[in-house]
Amino acid sequence: MIHDPSSIAVIVFAIFVAFTLGLSFYLGRRARTASGYFAAGGHVPWFVNGVAFAGDYLSAASFLGICGMIAFYGYDGFLYSIGYLAGWVVALFVIAEPLKRLGKYTFADALDNKFQSRGIKLMAAISTLVVSVFYLIPQMVGAGVLIKPLLGFPHWAGVLMVGAVVITIVATAGMASTTYVQFFKGSLLLIFSAGLTVMILNRGLKADPSPGANAPQTLTVTADGKRLVNGKPQGHGEGQADLRQSGHASKLPGGAAETGPLGPIEYLKAVRESEIVLWSSETVTDAAGNKTTTYSPKPTPGADVLRPGISPTFAGLKSEDLTAKLNFLSLMLALFCGTASLPHILIRYYTVKDAAAARKSTVVGIAAIGCFYVLTLFMGLGAMTGGTIDVSSDNMSAPLLAKSFGELPFALISAVAFTTVLGTVSGLIVAASGAIVHDVMTGFLKLDLTDMAKVRVGKLAAVGVGLVAVCLGIVFERMNVNYLVGWAFSVAASANLPALVMLLFWKRTTKQGIIASIFAGMVSSLGWILLSGDTFDKVYGISAKLSPVPFSQPGLVTIPLSFAVLVVVSLLTPKTNNVEVALR
Amino acid sequence: MAGFDHSPPPPAEARDLPVERYNARLGLVLFAVYLAGYGAYVAINAFRPALMDKVPFLGINLAVSSGFLLIVGALVLALLYAWLCRKPGGNRA
Repeated sequence: MIHDPSSIAVIVFAIFVAFTLGLSFYLGRRARTASGYFAAGGHVPWFVNGVAFAGDYLSAASFLGICGMIAFYGYDGFLYSIGYLAGWVVALFVIAEPLKRLGKYTFADALDNKFQSRGIKLMAAISTLVVSVFYLIPQMVGAGVLIKPLLGFPHWAGVLMVGAVVITIVATAGMASTTYVQFFKGSLLLIFSAGLTVMILNRGLKADPSPGANAPQTLTVTADGKRLVNGKPQGHGEGQADLRQSGHASKLPGGAAETGPLGPIEYLKAVRESEIVLWSSETVTDAAGNKTTTYSPKPTPGADVLRPGISPTFAGLKSEDLTAKLNFLSLMLALFCGTASLPHILIRYYTVKDAAAARKSTVVGIAAIGCFYVLTLFMGLGAMTGGTIDVSSDNMSAPLLAKSFGELPFALISAVAFTTVLGTVSGLIVAASGAIVHDVMTGFLKLDLTDMAKVRVGKLAAVGVGLVAVCLGIVFERMNVNYLVGWAFSVAASANLPALVMLLFWKRTTKQGIIASIFAGMVSSLGWILLSGDTFDKVYGISAKLSPVPFSQPGLVTIPLSFAVLVVVSLLTPKTNNVEVALR
Repeated sequence: MAGFDHSPPPPAEARDLPVERYNARLGLVLFAVYLAGYGAYVAINAFRPALMDKVPFLGINLAVSSGFLLIVGALVLALLYAWLCRKPGGNRA
């Protein structure tokens, strides 16, 4: 779809960006030491840190990706919400307190606390960079998605803008400005998502059985790059056509035309008893190289919408196909184990003063994140039934849902979503830059840097990582942001969690075991992803059947593999460098 | 604004191993409780998805109600953990 820019959206967007940049410049004058730059001096109050956890974690994947997936496929998107939240249980009950006690700036500090090993520093830094880059891609893709309807700019311009703003935020004040941008964004995301949900419930459900609402649509991209919608040039002028916004209920309970305002329980009940029109797409390329995608309406019982198995990702759950079930188990395991392995989340524990503050801030984070994930179900269903789906892009569902309530809600939600990207990307860049400076340069290469030099190099590293993120965000434009984040979780859970957990709970762990475990987890999960059917199909453009791995999500194999490698290598290496296990 | 004073970092926390062990064991127990619930949820979705269609109460199916329960359950266990944890010195946090 072509989205016309809105002047009020531009104004609100400019205010948000100006505020975040102003905050960064204000704080930038105070970030003079490495501790201040990489860990906000350990002075962040636990409540602020807890909301910042939400701001850091609720990324474009959560807001754009999950809402979009629920809007297109119903309950399947909500499975991600459950998995993402469950991961926080691991973070709170297993990781938070010991990590805070053992580390200083990066999660490698905790891993290396007893060994002082250059190998651990290097391997943990590489893992941090790989996971951060994997996580950055969907954030930047989300940025481009948002800028299109907001300012009318092409995807690459949106990615470039986010890159520029984020690099400025991180390069000015590091973790302090990142924390407060995340706090600001986490608070606003919750408030506006709650407001949007209230509007959805107040609107209730309306049936639209008209033939126009149920007509298929086609989008043709000709060999010379022209775009045709239903046979006409794409546009909003005379003689042109554009894809129409879709998604509605075709039948409501009792044959009613509309329900009127509903409570949350009544809303879910009404969706379950309705018939909802979902949209499927099929792309055909003709001999001349013209690629035509046909979007077809698919009336679906509401009961099916609110159970797993509609999306292509989880369709196998309704069959007896064991590999599809294993793929699902693998994803849910990666989501469960991944949160407590994400470097940009782990470094947030170093911004508070002690273990109790780390614990309390995680509880606040769970409360904020849990509330948001409950709201995702209503926002996704609201988009699904409110005629606000862009059939060509599931990532646009939440902003377009807001637009159906007026330009101001659209402007606010889009600006909040934009700060969502800013907050998460800032955290990722701080984590990556900390790994480069603290783990690689001073830990591995043993360079003797002053505090000021560390800050300067950290800022340069932030610029470099930001530029890489911009390039990748442009290249991966068409991937679903939520799906990409699933991969980042798999790599993080495979590479980092086994080493962290075993260091804390198994006294026979050796430094060789930790290094081997991170290496095995990272290489095996990356290799699995690159060889998976999904990557063959969506990235390489070749048949998924040629993939040599049985299912696409690696976690079920690579997480246990990483644990096993750690155990075997630790048992085979001398006891002399054993850790005195932190917790027994 | 709190947290913006880049004075020297707070001093390292005093270690209290018995308290650390108590908190860690408590965390592992609560983790096991949640893992059981999450594991059951994932297993039902994977191997008995039709069960998710059942409507146990309030007209909401098991898929949605169990999902909400896992979210609320995580928060309840987190609050319980925060309440039961001890601070160095042996007091409740």
